[in-house]
Amino acid sequence: MKPKKKKQPMSDRRKFILNMARGVGLTAMGGFVWSAYVDEVTASSLVLRPPGALEEKDFLRTCIKCGLCVEACPYDTLVLAKPGDHKPLGTPYFVPREVPCYMCPDIPCVPVCPTGALDESSVTTDGNLDINIADMGLAVIDKDSCIAFWGIQCDACYRACPILGEAITIDYEQNTRTGKHAFMKPVVHSDACTGCGLCERACVTEKPAIFILPRETAMGKAGNYYIKGWDKEDEKRLENAEEIKTTTDLSKQKASDKLNSDMLEDLY
Amino acid sequence: MRNLWNHYRYLILRRVTQIGLLFLYFGANAWGWTLIQGNLSSSIILGIIPMSDPYAALQMLAAGAVLSIDLLIGVGVVTIFYLLFGGRAFCSWVCPINMITDAANGLRKVIGINRVQGIKQPASRKIRYWVLALSLIISAIMGVAAFEFVSPISMVHRGIVFGLGFGWAAMLIIFLFDLFVLKNGWCGHICPLGGFYSLLGKFSLIRVQHYEENCTLCMKCKDVCPEHQVLYMIGKESLPVLSGECTNCARCIEVCDDDALGFSVRNMAKNKKTGE
Repeated sequence: MKPKKKKQPMSDRRKFILNMARGVGLTAMGGFVWSAYVDEVTASSLVLRPPGALEEKDFLRTCIKCGLCVEACPYDTLVLAKPGDHKPLGTPYFVPREVPCYMCPDIPCVPVCPTGALDESSVTTDGNLDINIADMGLAVIDKDSCIAFWGIQCDACYRACPILGEAITIDYEQNTRTGKHAFMKPVVHSDACTGCGLCERACVTEKPAIFILPRETAMGKAGNYYIKGWDKEDEKRLENAEEIKTTTDLSKQKASDKLNSDMLEDLY
Repeated sequence: MRNLWNHYRYLILRRVTQIGLLFLYFGANAWGWTLIQGNLSSSIILGIIPMSDPYAALQMLAAGAVLSIDLLIGVGVVTIFYLLFGGRAFCSWVCPINMITDAANGLRKVIGINRVQGIKQPASRKIRYWVLALSLIISAIMGVAAFEFVSPISMVHRGIVFGLGFGWAAMLIIFLFDLFVLKNGWCGHICPLGGFYSLLGKFSLIRVQHYEENCTLCMKCKDVCPEHQVLYMIGKESLPVLSGECTNCARCIEVCDDDALGFSVRNMAKNKKTGE
């Protein structure tokens, strides 16, 4: 039997290295937990921001969560996200069905922002504040639950719209179901709609058939492959167009005559 | 009565400041007062003088945000203020968490948890500097101000001014942590904002000064101090407390029955040491 080795006192160097390792290990552990948490809580994309807000990613890093915009809002539209709201903590947002944005012409919530997370220049035309160019979101209509699409005469959203006749218009169509009546269907125009939510607030259905979504969520993007024909403005995009070559794994291979190749034998 | 005032004068002043500020911020949101609007992250006095949390701005910078002029002026105002009055004066005179951790610390003494746990603390007071560095690294990687999304300070202050939600849970977590896990756990070990102001406080002007010739070595000051390592000179040398970790809470001054501690200005303190 080997004689039991006596425990040596730990050397200072070993102690130092071990303590450093503990520090680094704990920091790494805490860092991953912390990062994962931050990533989760900032992931909520369905949140409506005050007018003039930067694009969501920039907004999240620039907003200092001071609530000055909330205090400036005369209608108590804006609120700061509390723990339990499931929105990025402390950032301002609004819920149109509860209190929509009333689109004050002097936009009191924007100039008070100390960090520029609410960008004054994005709601300014010719040196004057202009709430009509705000982009808080976009109204979207669910035509299956909108009673105007059923043939019932309702234009609550159209009447509530502060940019009446531009952001929402009414399309008249024949109601072929009855054969005798007309549909008066509301249509939202994304170029004029500010996403204020007065329409959502006014909607008469149990759960609103017209509602505001963040633009990023509500809108698609056609991309550069498509041009509107017979549209002078849109055709201008062709002038500077460059050829885009797409290379995929398939296109690198030579085209082969499948029917005369060996493959045929495999088939039978 | 007079004795009571002498023993608690700074504590009373601190509570008045803390609660008074909370009340002013609350009134700004609830009743439209304009004396001080916003919250501890960023606020504005009388609609003119901006104030912003320099640590939050630092995180935003790390996250890659463009800092506006208003924000930088606000950061300057706050930085200069705490350079004069002691960095961690924020912690003991303004921060709402201070009342929670003081309550936990008080209860600790009353029910005797200190005696159960013994003197040896299982964590280092340097953790806050690690957390501070980590917060800036995470801010840089994630592209958002990392501590601002977890900070119980902002959560509680914002909660009181704008609506609490589940913010009470954050208060309870801090309270239980300080009560049962670690003495002075949050404010004295972990909080990176305290760490930040500790670094700033190294250069600040107003200091606690120890007069060794008056000291009777009763050690009441060390007992009451939430950062007792800063009082290493008690009974040994007449020195100012130069560590930035001192919160200028002045508890040591008011518990001292022998006039061995008092506030002083940095330069004058230096002169006293050399006898000029």
